Amino acid sequence: MTNVLVCVKRVPDSSGEVTLTPDGLAVDGRYSGYTMSNHEEAAVEVAIQVADATGGTVTVLTLGTEDAVEQLRTALAVGATDGVLIEAEPDAFGPADIASAIASVCRARESAGTAYDLVLLGNDAADTGDFQVGIRLAYALDRPVVTGMQTVAVQGDQAELRGEGPEGTEVYEVPLPAVVTILEGGVSPRYPSVMGRMKAKKAPVETVTPDAPSVGSGRVGLSVPPPPATSVTILGEGPSAASAVVDTLKQLGVVGR
Amino acid sequence: MSTLVLVEIEEGRAALVSRETLTFARSLGGEVSALVVGPAEGLPEAVVADCAEQGVTTVYTAPTAPSSYAAAAWATIIEAALDASGATSLLAAGTPRGNELLAHVATRRDVAMGANVVSVSSVEPLQVVRQVVGGAALEDMALGGDLRVFTVAGHAVEPAAAESVGAATVSPVAVEIPAGDLRARLVRVEGHDSGDTSGLTSAKVVVGAGRGAGGPDGFDGVIALADKLGGALGVSRVVTSLGWRPHHEQVGQTGSRISPDVYIPCGISGAIQHWAGCASSKTIIAINTDPDAPMVTKATYAVIGDMHEVVPAILDALG
Repeated sequence: MTNVLVCVKRVPDSSGEVTLTPDGLAVDGRYSGYTMSNHEEAAVEVAIQVADATGGTVTVLTLGTEDAVEQLRTALAVGATDGVLIEAEPDAFGPADIASAIASVCRARESAGTAYDLVLLGNDAADTGDFQVGIRLAYALDRPVVTGMQTVAVQGDQAELRGEGPEGTEVYEVPLPAVVTILEGGVSPRYPSVMGRMKAKKAPVETVTPDAPSVGSGRVGLSVPPPPATSVTILGEGPSAASAVVDTLKQLGVVGR
Repeated sequence: MSTLVLVEIEEGRAALVSRETLTFARSLGGEVSALVVGPAEGLPEAVVADCAEQGVTTVYTAPTAPSSYAAAAWATIIEAALDASGATSLLAAGTPRGNELLAHVATRRDVAMGANVVSVSSVEPLQVVRQVVGGAALEDMALGGDLRVFTVAGHAVEPAAAESVGAATVSPVAVEIPAGDLRARLVRVEGHDSGDTSGLTSAKVVVGAGRGAGGPDGFDGVIALADKLGGALGVSRVVTSLGWRPHHEQVGQTGSRISPDVYIPCGISGAIQHWAGCASSKTIIAINTDPDAPMVTKATYAVIGDMHEVVPAILDALG
């Protein structure tokens, strides 16, 4: 039985144009809406698969304001067992702060009788792109960590992890308990059923407050780079444009003149 | 004040992104040294020469080859090289390995890490600009601490030779790897089953394909074109999400960042997520049915048409 803790983050949906808050310190998600990072959707799916295969539970955790309960409910609707909200202003928390707050929850849960053999996170958050919370958490808990994995198979007190490396599929073995960060692409996140949504509304969500002051992220401000100043040259329409494309490739030196 | 740069090897040379990082490191001022994690024996001459060309005087190496990749063990080697060099800044390219290893070291040294830095706005105190939201926004970040740790976003700068170039000395560092560092380790690598795309990030030509491919069988033309031009295939996120192509071929925020001389995106609308991965392309020739698609309006050149008709015609015209 493997109990899994999966950590997610409420982030502004960045599939459209990015707008900043008036103070320039955050991305304004009021118009774009909010979602969880793609990698974390995959992490939730991996967590559910591992728990299903071993008869364990899935706890979904987030650090954020009360609004982030929406992302917890999303995970609860597809099969997570319960949720934890570390209630805090996420922009005031740097990667080290977040790792430390998650570690405190792990220790408190373990004292209360639920040890997490596997902690999953996304490889990097879609907004801050820090690439380090999972690693900092592993050190705080003195556990081994592997990043950027796509699938997890648990056998006894070992896990086999697979991910894409520069030369092919990389296979890692790690003793449990461990921390693993997930990259999308290895599993297809499931959609919630109507039943799942109903259950998610009633699933327990514990709210805790961070037990230490935050150091912060070092963020001084944000800016949106101006769009490229290119004006496109239309080479033609349909197959008849092929010779113009080839001429252009020759000019660019990509094919022989 | 000096800087240590973790250098990755690609096809017997210092990887392009590592050479970019060495160039970037020189902008901090002070001496720049390099670390290649591997034994001095078998270290390709070309890698040492690449480092020397970047103004590096010392290339640190590990005493023996770690039996297989284990991030914690590599972090121990990096720490030993930091001690040997006395460096106060540690840099690596913003690759999966680079971000992973520097996060290990930053955690051990209890300092902050900035990921995917594109420029330095102030050296003392250090303030950097880095990519966030997949490159759609930039963050000004203050990086304090005794050790300044950050990764450099791919293609933020072009590699340039140092003004004065001498010989670089290869210097193995003394280090013992604690057993605990080997708890999580790579046990094997299984080769790709779908052609060689390992050169995607350094390819001079990339042919892209998106939803317009229509299905898993819709890639023959773009693969043939990539082969013909000696380039690589890159695909959009929707293609990998639908399982039409493997994830390692993805270009974008959650995939690879490319910087080819020519990028030919076919049937890709050009969402911000994708643009984040291809914005460094020097010339873009978009092929798309929709003249208003962002990929078309942001491109240098465009052909308005169906990729399944246009790509075969280009192949014919190329002979």
